[in-house]
Amino acid sequence: MGISLHHISKSFKSVTALKDISFDVKSGELFGLIGPDGAGKTTLFRVLTTLLLADEGTASVAGMDVVTDYKAIRNSVGYMPGRFSLYHDLTVEENLNFFATIFNTTLEENYDLIKEIYVQIEPFKNRRAGKLSGGMKQKLALCCALIHKPKVLFLDEPTTGVDPVSRKEFWEMLKRLQQKDITMLVSTAYMDEASLCDRVALIQDGTILEIDTPQRIIEKFPRTIYNVKASETYRLLKDLEKYEATHSVYPFGEFLHFTSKDAAFTSEELIQFLEQEHHTEIEVSEAIPTIEDSFMTLSKEHSNNGN
Amino acid sequence: METKNAILVKNLSKRFGDFTAVNAITFEVKKGEIFGFLGANGAGKTTAMKMLIGISKPSEGTATVAGFDVKTQSEAVKKSIGYMSQRFTLYDDLTIKENIAFFGGIYGLSNEKIKEKTALLIDELGLHDKASNLVRSLPLGWKQKVAFSVALLHEPKIVFLDEPTGGVDPITRRQFWEMIYREANKGTTIFVTTHYMDEAEYCDRVSIMVEGKIEALDSPKKLKKQFKVDSMNEVFLKLARNIE
Repeated sequence: MGISLHHISKSFKSVTALKDISFDVKSGELFGLIGPDGAGKTTLFRVLTTLLLADEGTASVAGMDVVTDYKAIRNSVGYMPGRFSLYHDLTVEENLNFFATIFNTTLEENYDLIKEIYVQIEPFKNRRAGKLSGGMKQKLALCCALIHKPKVLFLDEPTTGVDPVSRKEFWEMLKRLQQKDITMLVSTAYMDEASLCDRVALIQDGTILEIDTPQRIIEKFPRTIYNVKASETYRLLKDLEKYEATHSVYPFGEFLHFTSKDAAFTSEELIQFLEQEHHTEIEVSEAIPTIEDSFMTLSKEHSNNGN
Repeated sequence: METKNAILVKNLSKRFGDFTAVNAITFEVKKGEIFGFLGANGAGKTTAMKMLIGISKPSEGTATVAGFDVKTQSEAVKKSIGYMSQRFTLYDDLTIKENIAFFGGIYGLSNEKIKEKTALLIDELGLHDKASNLVRSLPLGWKQKVAFSVALLHEPKIVFLDEPTGGVDPITRRQFWEMIYREANKGTTIFVTTHYMDEAEYCDRVSIMVEGKIEALDSPKKLKKQFKVDSMNEVFLKLARNIE
């Protein structure tokens, strides 16, 4: 009784935001919706939280239909939208009490659930929400979304614009919440966060490119990736873009990730080519694919198929 | 005045009441360098950047950008730099062409020059079929690429990029960095902030700010060696841990 979508589509005037989306999130699962800005993530969240009607298809959350049971769903899900949506001119404590009252509960009743997060902002409980730092706002928003002990929690890009340290802490917090039997759907544009989810859906242009565990998505990567490095990175990139054996070449941290069209390709051929082009300090080694490699390959195939 | 430094910062501080947002930072950025300016949220990056682009007065210390003092010659600073951020980019309700003409006009380019630049820019970005579309209709990644080109219209010596790739899809994010490389190769100095640690690896040198101070500054390679780790992400986590 997690989340279930069947052939959901939604358009706004000329823009198709979601195209025939189907997938299931199991009860208790931490499920990631991974895709860039404009992929359709927020539209999907709004359909599932009963704020928007889909044009086609059906969906259920915690066993309830998003159209016919919308009132019951609103009582049993938590939603943390991408944009900070608490009351800026209420204090931390007032915001929490406000949301608790709306859901007919109290801060004390579900204190156990939010305790660990709330103690971090409790010293500022008399401060107005608008005056909090980004990290603290995020923690308060999460507390407010949890105050009524929801069965399903929707988190729309909770880590966008957040630095790597705070991002890591936030995910650790989600992992601990998962232990308390809450199903979570989290969206992010940071591909490296995929590995922290049980399963992920890669989404672009309103279409699901792939759904699986992060590990299996990586295992399915169809080619050998080489880490390539030389003293002049930009010239290396330009030369590899022209190289006839190249299937793809992308900057990837301190290396370039290179794949070849030819299945029998060897690193010796690559080194030979680079020496011919007078590159120095050449390093070539096999790399382990990442979700980002998979995403780029799938998204390229998707656009080549005329989508 | 010809020097080899594009940016020269000495004991630069900014205070708001009794809060010190930027605390006596000192560094220099070489001409043609890609300089990554990193730090956790609230570490003081934006405040420091605002002083460097001449829109916020330092409380103490000095900074020279493109040879001009940010305190006494802020107008000259503004004319010799380009700036783009994740938030303020282009006008959504103008077309690509109109945005180019508008910003070209602001920077004092002649009509002829604007025409020439428009053709060049649309050609380089391969936007022939979209040049007369409203910017609103473009995907974020494309907006950012156009915004970067617009920030370069007046051929500034230094470009400041404030989280230019946040939320941009992975392929376009890399195309954006190719544009950065190309521009740096022509001799333009790039000053960039990002939360993507793989992008920190693309920089020639990187500084990491923690609570208003620069705690580390070197090439990614040397920083990784110094902290005995394999990636810039780990360097960042080691330095910026436990600040809030």
